[in-house]
Amino acid sequence: MSEQATARYTNDFLKEVEKNVEEGHWVKMCMQCGVCAGSCPLGSAWEHPPQEIFMMIRAGKREEVLTSDSMWMCTSCYNCMVRCPRQLPITHIMHGLANYAHRLGLAPKGQPTRETATLFWNNLIKKGRVNELTFSLALYFKDGFVQGIKNALNMQSIGLGLVMAKRLNPMEILGGHGVKDQAGLKAMIAKAREIEDRKKGFSA
Amino acid sequence: MAKKEYAFYPGCSSQKGASASNYLTSVNAMCDKLDVTITEIPDWNCCGASIGYAEGGELPRLALSARNFALAEKHMPGKEMVATCAACWLAQREVKERIDHSEVLLKETNEALAAAGLQYQGTTPIRHMVEVLIEDLGYDALKQPVVKPLEGIKFAGYVGCQTNRPFGIDGESFENPVYLDKLVETVGGEAVPYDQKVTCCGGALAFSEPEKSQKQIRDIVESAYDHGAEMIVTPCPLCQANVEIYQSEINKKHGTKLNMPVLYYSQLMTVAYGGTAKEAGLDGHLIRAKRLEDITKK
Repeated sequence: MSEQATARYTNDFLKEVEKNVEEGHWVKMCMQCGVCAGSCPLGSAWEHPPQEIFMMIRAGKREEVLTSDSMWMCTSCYNCMVRCPRQLPITHIMHGLANYAHRLGLAPKGQPTRETATLFWNNLIKKGRVNELTFSLALYFKDGFVQGIKNALNMQSIGLGLVMAKRLNPMEILGGHGVKDQAGLKAMIAKAREIEDRKKGFSA
Repeated sequence: MAKKEYAFYPGCSSQKGASASNYLTSVNAMCDKLDVTITEIPDWNCCGASIGYAEGGELPRLALSARNFALAEKHMPGKEMVATCAACWLAQREVKERIDHSEVLLKETNEALAAAGLQYQGTTPIRHMVEVLIEDLGYDALKQPVVKPLEGIKFAGYVGCQTNRPFGIDGESFENPVYLDKLVETVGGEAVPYDQKVTCCGGALAFSEPEKSQKQIRDIVESAYDHGAEMIVTPCPLCQANVEIYQSEINKKHGTKLNMPVLYYSQLMTVAYGGTAKEAGLDGHLIRAKRLEDITKK
């Protein structure tokens, strides 16, 4: 057999996923039944449903998997996970693949859940607790000032309703809730990130 | 009944001026009536919620939840931790399971925690408020304080995802959990059969994929109408917010007339226990639960 013919079966990408992706060591256990695809509330929005992603990993399709926006359709409902006959932690693997693709810079640019998730994380680690007001504003304005004003006006009645119901506080713009030991929290996150980056080969 | 005490993890959405602040208001009133003491864990932090994974990765996320455990262990040793938010409870349970079963992750998590002068020991169990109610107190004890049964009101018990999967409440099925219906009946209401009981509302994707998420929400509300419900009741703050808030958006886009109140179980209980509308957080809704407000005035 020629070297070229066998090269596609070396399975480097499966090994990479097993080593670097959260819960990635489960991927080889998938038996391709497709119950996950049929159980997903956003099933029709996945270009490649989970069982296909698993087979693509085993087939070494690194580029196609990591640039796909499929994993970003996960709503974290855990339906696939509790129904999987092989008990694969599918939700976590999808999260892990999305994170891996994001950190390698291969995830689709402008993918809305990717952008939202990044804004959310940056918001929460700033003070240790989510500031719903600044998070919403950051979301509205992520595509520029004009679009931001449009988005804010679109959501105006809901926003005012929430303020009236005391479920959105305009004063949060001044900083809002947070943990007291912000220095400790930041040091902890920095340390955790440093260990993870080293283990998974991310550049900081 | 012996007084019960817990280390309380309220979560970001329950804070003053946040989207589920009326959840906490009603939980406080409900716990008062049941003689349950919940004491806030000092300096708790966000759990990372369901979309923290994308930028946060694995270990930073583990460290966040581990910090909450470490604070509870340090300041409130021997107390079980109780959360009211589905995502907070789920994150704490997931992280505990992950680090309790991996020496490597436990070591690395503690290395990160050490940077904040803390340590995770793994001695604190994490419970959901619903577990405290039905397991530690039991339906009979929950019935005793009822002075204003919610007679004649039909509720669709919307359990949603994260209080139900992947862990769920012990003894309940993932496809058709019945505890919420039983809670409704315990306080005198009627739980209608409801086929969207465990359907996802879109979760955090309500922000990033509004069309897809609002389709889910429309199904959930329309099914409640179809089964004769007047109100929806849920144990999850994100389910509550999504399913209530976006009804007006769906009406605007599709010409529907959705206008169904979405309540927390703790609000039903507070009202049935004789609490005021304010104590039950009924003033915290965009779609007011008029019939519950009327009961509080009786």
